[in-house]
Amino acid sequence: MAEPILEVSGLGKRFGGFVALENINIMVETGERLGLIGPNGSGKSTLVNCLSGTLHHDSGNVAFDGRRIDGMPAYRRTRLGLARSFQLPKPFRSLTLVDNLRIPLLYTVNARHGAHLSNAEIGERCRALLADVGLADKARRLPRDLTQVEMRKLELARAVASAPRLLFADEAMAGLSPSEVEEILVVLFRLNEQGITIVLIEHIMRAVMSFSTRLVVLVAGQKIADGAPQEAIRNPEVERAYLGE
Amino acid sequence: MGAAKFWIVSFVVSVAFLILTRWLITNEYYFFAAYQVLQFIVLATAWNILGGYTGYTNFGTGAFFAVGAYSAVVLHKLTSLPVPVMMLIGGVMSGIIGFGMGYLTLRLKGVFFAIATLALAIVAQTLIVNWDYVGGARGVYVIRPQHAPISGSYVQYLYSLMLALTWVSVAIARTIERSQLGLGFNAIRDDELAAETAGVPTLRLKLIATTLSGALMGMSGAPLPYYVTYLDPASSFNLSYAVNSVAMPMIGGMTSWIGPIVGAVLLGTIQQLATVTISSALNLLIVGVLLIVFVIIAPNGIVGLVQSRWRARIR
Amino acid sequence: MFSLDLAVNAIVAGILLGGFYAAVTIGVTISFGMLDIVNIAHPAFIMLGSFVAYIVNSNFGFDPILIGVVMAPVFFLVGMGVYQIYYYAFERRGEESIQGLAFFFGLLFVGEVALILVFGVDYRFVEAPYIGPSLHFGFVDLPLRMLIPCLVSLLMLAVLQLFLGRTFIGRAILAVSQDRLALQLMAANPSRVKRIAFGISIATASVAGALLIIIQPVEPSIGRDYIGRIFAICVLGGMTSFPGMLAGAMLIGIVESITATFYGPSWAPAVAFGFLLLTLAWRPAGILGR
Repeated sequence: MAEPILEVSGLGKRFGGFVALENINIMVETGERLGLIGPNGSGKSTLVNCLSGTLHHDSGNVAFDGRRIDGMPAYRRTRLGLARSFQLPKPFRSLTLVDNLRIPLLYTVNARHGAHLSNAEIGERCRALLADVGLADKARRLPRDLTQVEMRKLELARAVASAPRLLFADEAMAGLSPSEVEEILVVLFRLNEQGITIVLIEHIMRAVMSFSTRLVVLVAGQKIADGAPQEAIRNPEVERAYLGE
Repeated sequence: MGAAKFWIVSFVVSVAFLILTRWLITNEYYFFAAYQVLQFIVLATAWNILGGYTGYTNFGTGAFFAVGAYSAVVLHKLTSLPVPVMMLIGGVMSGIIGFGMGYLTLRLKGVFFAIATLALAIVAQTLIVNWDYVGGARGVYVIRPQHAPISGSYVQYLYSLMLALTWVSVAIARTIERSQLGLGFNAIRDDELAAETAGVPTLRLKLIATTLSGALMGMSGAPLPYYVTYLDPASSFNLSYAVNSVAMPMIGGMTSWIGPIVGAVLLGTIQQLATVTISSALNLLIVGVLLIVFVIIAPNGIVGLVQSRWRARIR
Repeated sequence: MFSLDLAVNAIVAGILLGGFYAAVTIGVTISFGMLDIVNIAHPAFIMLGSFVAYIVNSNFGFDPILIGVVMAPVFFLVGMGVYQIYYYAFERRGEESIQGLAFFFGLLFVGEVALILVFGVDYRFVEAPYIGPSLHFGFVDLPLRMLIPCLVSLLMLAVLQLFLGRTFIGRAILAVSQDRLALQLMAANPSRVKRIAFGISIATASVAGALLIIIQPVEPSIGRDYIGRIFAICVLGGMTSFPGMLAGAMLIGIVESITATFYGPSWAPAVAFGFLLLTLAWRPAGILGR
């Protein structure tokens, strides 16, 4: 059995007196598609923030590829291969789509040991990444010219541009129409086939169930279920959390 | 135009400008006035590296500028170093202050950073006011040497030095603008969190910006004691430096190296005219009013207005 | 030279000063703490308040505090006007940060220079029967010119606290400060509420300015010293809490007073600003987490 790409042990996070996460234990296997669900306020985004380095967890530890990353700033985690996309897209508004992707290529891919991409190669890869998400014709435009779903795609493309091994897709489909959800799913499936482990944080149950090989359920800052999707949602505690008493 | 080529072309232009002005202009007042305008170009350009490119508003320009000036005073008292060396040392001192300030405050977002810079300026001013070696609140007199190292009056010599510094600052700004560093600065300005997540070492880049910006400001302050011959904290830390270094890039345009030049030349010239014809208090009023007006109606400055007119005409 | 009665008097003076500082800061607690508007031009309005009190007092002899209170509605209207401009220029466009900051910075500067042009740089003062006499308790001196402003300031704080807690508009302001969206859903227009709140914040400057010129003679550039104090107190006090702000104001007042007494008044401006820097440097989580 291959070593898990991400090991979260006893992770806790509090904001003042409020306990956002408590004793979270998760193992993410290399290459899997993990779904992370839970009602609003259950701590999903806080968990993603802690794992990607945006926030610092208070207790427990996190290991990526067998290496402890506690306290490591976000940019170094990205360089190690841990990427995330944001729930509300955060594009670089004054930069063209191409330049939006150039940033992770210059600052992550080129910052790693090994092959150094030339300017021309970077330009090519930007265009290829945009083409992968169907945004090739808007390469020279600014983010404000994009539709909602296109912004989501740009957000994903930017995360992927850093050539990650593990990607947290944080509610990439919220507010989209069913066909748009399908478009995003197609992109995510393809990324997974290319070898990227994906953790999908989502509310849209249909998407999560069809995408995930394993499901983790978070309620009120605690993990209450972890296993095959069909079993996890049949867990009585999960039902109670979603449907109420 | 590539970076190296720009340095060369701008060097040639600067030298040509220098030779022409010194050869053709005999009125000494021109050199006094032009020194001020050039100084403003440097301050505005330096400010813009941290403010316009990286998105961090610095209200403490006076502190960096004055540290450069007072470093020169100390050096003048202790040594007889030539002014260019004093400029370098002044730059180093202000660069260190910039680094220190950055380290203390760069975890703060936007507004809090700006307020902290203001606080820093007042703390620095209070320290100088209480330091008798450099004259404290009473100020200090510096005697302008009789002879300049090159031909012409001493003020002409200072003017030449400031022109050289202007060339360096502008070339640095443009080089940054077109480089990976500049792209990183822009990413931080647009969305710092997303930049950090995309692999940009935001703290490191921000420290580079504050240090560089501070150093250039310090270098522009170093010749000041010889220029004014009487230096006191009230005038060298004057908030007018802060207002001008904010107003000039904002009015000129913050996204390009041209903006600070446009803003500095425009506002600097207006202020020179107003000081001579009306009063020096009124010219500060003009700067303040222009800042408010431009910030409301033309947030991207003059360069921004020109760019959007140009784009509209293309379509 | 340390001596007990000097120290005690310094502390007492600091407490009184702190009480006054609360009056100066309350406006920014509302505009910055609650409404997220970085009005660094607030000192300019306070100076305006001082000079208005000066003009009316020197020409008609009215009590400065009375002037401050009577002029407050005028300042309220001015504040609403300034907010309108700010709203149309920045808030509506969503470009609040750097341009909005520059706007207020320009306003601060224009305010100071305008006062210099009209009044010059001389110190101005007001006349009132309580400027001069002091109460004495043993070796402790309570100058009335500091005690009365302190009491008026605390009164103003109490009135505002009641207003925010008990009236409809007051509670709407509190709601806006916590959740803009919820307020919209309640069919109250947030910008209308914010306009009123900003107007109130400027109205406090009228009273604060009058108190200031009672405590000390003023000239236009004094406003600058207050920028750091105001934001230091606001940040120390946790941004939105009135009691916290009062505590912060007292702390700064006491430390400034002790510094001035034992080390000389030329060091006093650095105290507040130094405090501010330390607070900002050591409590970033509390501020960012807002």
